[in-house]
Amino acid sequence: MREIDVKTVRETVFELFMSACCEIGRDVLELLRKGLETEKSPFGREVLSQLIENDRLAAARHMPICQDTGMAVVFMEIGQDVHFVGGDLNEAIEDGVRQAYREGCFRASVLSPLERVNTKDNTPAIVHMKIVPGDSVAITAAPKGFGSENMSRLWMLTPSQGIEGVKQAIVETVRLAGGNPCPPVVVGVGIGGTAEYAMMMAKHSLTRECGMPSEDPVLADLERELLESINALGIGPQGLGGTTTALAVHIEQMHTHIAGLPVAVNMQCHAARHKSAVI
Amino acid sequence: MPKTIHAPLRREEIGTLRAGDSVLLSGTIYTGRDAAHKRLCALLEAGKPLPLDLRDQVIYYAGPCPAKPGDPIGSCGPTTSGRMDAYAPALCDLGLIGMIGKGQRSAAVVEAIRRNGGVYFAATGGAGALIAACVKSAKVIAFEDLGTEAVRELVVENLPLIVAIDAHGGNLYEEGPAAYRKSTL
Repeated sequence: MREIDVKTVRETVFELFMSACCEIGRDVLELLRKGLETEKSPFGREVLSQLIENDRLAAARHMPICQDTGMAVVFMEIGQDVHFVGGDLNEAIEDGVRQAYREGCFRASVLSPLERVNTKDNTPAIVHMKIVPGDSVAITAAPKGFGSENMSRLWMLTPSQGIEGVKQAIVETVRLAGGNPCPPVVVGVGIGGTAEYAMMMAKHSLTRECGMPSEDPVLADLERELLESINALGIGPQGLGGTTTALAVHIEQMHTHIAGLPVAVNMQCHAARHKSAVI
Repeated sequence: MPKTIHAPLRREEIGTLRAGDSVLLSGTIYTGRDAAHKRLCALLEAGKPLPLDLRDQVIYYAGPCPAKPGDPIGSCGPTTSGRMDAYAPALCDLGLIGMIGKGQRSAAVVEAIRRNGGVYFAATGGAGALIAACVKSAKVIAFEDLGTEAVRELVVENLPLIVAIDAHGGNLYEEGPAAYRKSTL
């Protein structure tokens, strides 16, 4: 048994969001630079140059990459031999988020869905916890903007639609989204499971190092093929036309029911922000 | 070379802009997004005066981050314009001449732009820090209780924009992707 003070969780969540909102990962930056080299459209190249310059400026001035500093999504993998002490774990996470959004001058974008009353500190966070073997805690902070979140889709396909149906659903989601999700996008996909689990996988896949292929060779091939199909759509950076519509496609899969073939597509803008730490 | 234009816009100048033109915009513009548009249109419907005169003005669909001490504004990129499509034609008919945002517009907005000789500019979504550097001053002029969604008067300098939809039927969101689309699926 290892005791972890929830204060450490709060501090870690705070630091991860402070960094995630302002410093784009090297993974994304590399893909933007690669896009700039291969992009055929002059507008596309102009947009990609602006994004690279924007990301440099944001990190240098420690200001948000994008004004949509998102809903605060937190993934936690908690070792089963961990015992949290010193307070309520859930409150510690919320406090870390609250502190980061206040001190970082990040936008408070969270409100009640029907009355539309803003909580003014960007809480509550969206927290996904999983118990795993071991005595450590892995935390990933992934602020998620809603320009791209709004373009996400769940397809409950029938088994007869098969792999071709899956490919069509994913490419069609990106086509319908057009310029709205701030391309070049990262396309997170969950195949199988149940309706909610498919979307969880799609979201989780976005926390993978951007552009890193799936460890499953079948999925890795599918990711490559889909990236090519998506970039043939012509949508381009910001939807103004071009050859760089997506930077990467990330897929996760799970067994599903004999009657179903769920496909969830979680769209992610080029500000694919995610930072992780292990306690 | 980008054209340099100044807001409030002059109609004769706007008439010369074509989808695909790069421009640098300086002058005074107003932010407004979902909640502010809802309120503006509710006032209109109730026959009440608006808190700002929209004639020849430009609305920027944006909800900025809070400013750090000493800065006029925080990160300030465009939001998705499509969510304002339900409100935009009524505002265009009141004299609103320019809109800045990101993403496609509805057929009704394209028609309102044509009818009123207006223009829709695309700013680079996600370039919040870069765009903030073009904002020289910002002050809330209406709906302060809406926080980031309040209407702000911004003075901008050399804000880089692309004409996405012009008053003559040009639409870069259609023409751009069509030029690079390869047959797929």
